[in-house]
Amino acid sequence: MKATIMRDTQAAPAHGVAHEPGAPTLELDNVWVSYNGKLSSGNGGASHALEAVTFRVERGERVAVVGPNGAGKSTLFKLIVGTLRPDRGRVSIFGHGPDGHICIAYVPQRNQVDWNFPVTVEDVVMMGRVGQIGLLRRPGKSDWGIVRSALGRVGAANLAHKRIGELSGGQQQRVFLARALAQEAELVLLDEPLNGLDTPTQEAIIAILDDLRRDGVTVLLATHDLDLAAERFDRIMLLNRRVIAFEPPATALRADNLLRAYGGHLHHVDGSGAMIVADDCFDN
Amino acid sequence: MDFLLDPLQYDFIVRALLAAGIVGVVCSILGVYIVLRGMAFLGDAMAHTILPGVVAAFLLGWPLAVGALIMGVLTALGIGVLTERTALKEDTAIGVIFAGLFALGVAMLSLRGNYSIDLAHFLFGNLLGVSSGDLLLTAVLGVVVLVLIFLFYKEFLVISFDPVLAETLRLPTRFLNYLLLILIAVTIVVALQVVGVALMLAILVTPAATASFVTRRLPSMMIVSAVIGVFSGVVGVYASYYLNIPSGPAVVLTATLIFLLGLAVAAGRNRRGALETSAPEAA
Repeated sequence: MKATIMRDTQAAPAHGVAHEPGAPTLELDNVWVSYNGKLSSGNGGASHALEAVTFRVERGERVAVVGPNGAGKSTLFKLIVGTLRPDRGRVSIFGHGPDGHICIAYVPQRNQVDWNFPVTVEDVVMMGRVGQIGLLRRPGKSDWGIVRSALGRVGAANLAHKRIGELSGGQQQRVFLARALAQEAELVLLDEPLNGLDTPTQEAIIAILDDLRRDGVTVLLATHDLDLAAERFDRIMLLNRRVIAFEPPATALRADNLLRAYGGHLHHVDGSGAMIVADDCFDN
Repeated sequence: MDFLLDPLQYDFIVRALLAAGIVGVVCSILGVYIVLRGMAFLGDAMAHTILPGVVAAFLLGWPLAVGALIMGVLTALGIGVLTERTALKEDTAIGVIFAGLFALGVAMLSLRGNYSIDLAHFLFGNLLGVSSGDLLLTAVLGVVVLVLIFLFYKEFLVISFDPVLAETLRLPTRFLNYLLLILIAVTIVVALQVVGVALMLAILVTPAATASFVTRRLPSMMIVSAVIGVFSGVVGVYASYYLNIPSGPAVVLTATLIFLLGLAVAAGRNRRGALETSAPEAA
């Protein structure tokens, strides 16, 4: 992508902060987040949503973030996106805090989107351009070109004029990925995008992520599906308020790690499907 | 034809029609955001909280809009701060301010002798009493609101559809949220004489809700909503003139009838749509 090349050659992008050359895409250093000073009942009396979280993600990596409900996956994503600040520690993206970046895309869980909103697919994808277009300006020809090519890349060009409420689950995910492309995102966070999709549709979404990787786009994806995480991701982050493991699948999903991630929280695991997957892994 | 032209010989009717038209456009277009963002209760509350400002201006002999505008902006900021800074749920915070200030307005008004007539005007509108000064102010404020909605169109769209995206695009979300609240306050001021405090919510949400039945995109929803708003305003003025009912209820009843019509059309279309999609499956 043009914007990627521009940033790599150290030229400051037109909007958003410059990227430090050589800095990792994403780095968290001893990050702590409290529950707003409140002890909520659902977390076993723990006072922190995230504790001493430290990790690095390199450019183009694809990471599955796995853990029981309440493990802090959403909190972690909010930190990276910049809508939540850590109590302690540092979050850096390409060497700077998240604040100035417009290269981070967040694909929300499907139940967090108002599908009755009167917008078409191309309207939603164009929203990704709003940061680059700037205040008080209208989308230009080049912006519409970017929107069309983004839709083309995710195989949704034929959906451009559909109202978003008319889309299937897989189509919805494609459209939000197209929006991330239109945003020229270099770091994409997806919050359980594969829930409730059938296998061929999941595969189609993964194929789009493969395509993104060729552009050096880094992907963090929250999921409950350990099989998928093991087969299609470079590294797995096992999260339960702390980072239990952050390794390639073969070592990350060892029984002792899984026990530490899910052990006291087995009642949190969603549905019987997730439990069976966990059992398989214990047999290894 | 005489039925339509007859009332136009009176200047106050012409002014009322112009005011109703302007209000119809401004309220119905801004109302689209109120409907889409689920801010109906907030809009209703803001309409009520401006009452003490209006009454104070009335008692001091100032233009009513000045008092309303000050109070409206203060309410917008107050509700914003209360929900940002306290543990209160938004609707509770709004409810407390809403009822308290409305009570204050009624109490202030009761200090005057002919209290019930004045109160009726504030509550239900006094469209036939619009002066040319009022009309000018309505037009100026209305244009300001429309220009701002146009200028911040894509930003308002993003903060309404996906607040997290707005954050990741580093849009000035707090500024935009407050701006929208202030635009609602100004719009309420614009519409005060036409529909009054008690029925304000209807003119803000009914045309937009109707438009949502028949449109697929935000710009067309705004246009259809504006057309319904203007039509309701104009029909309301004639109804008020011929049937001798207050302008506010006349305008709101017209808008509500159109809403019911839209509801019936949408229901009919959905049933047809369901039949069409089920037919190939059955075959």
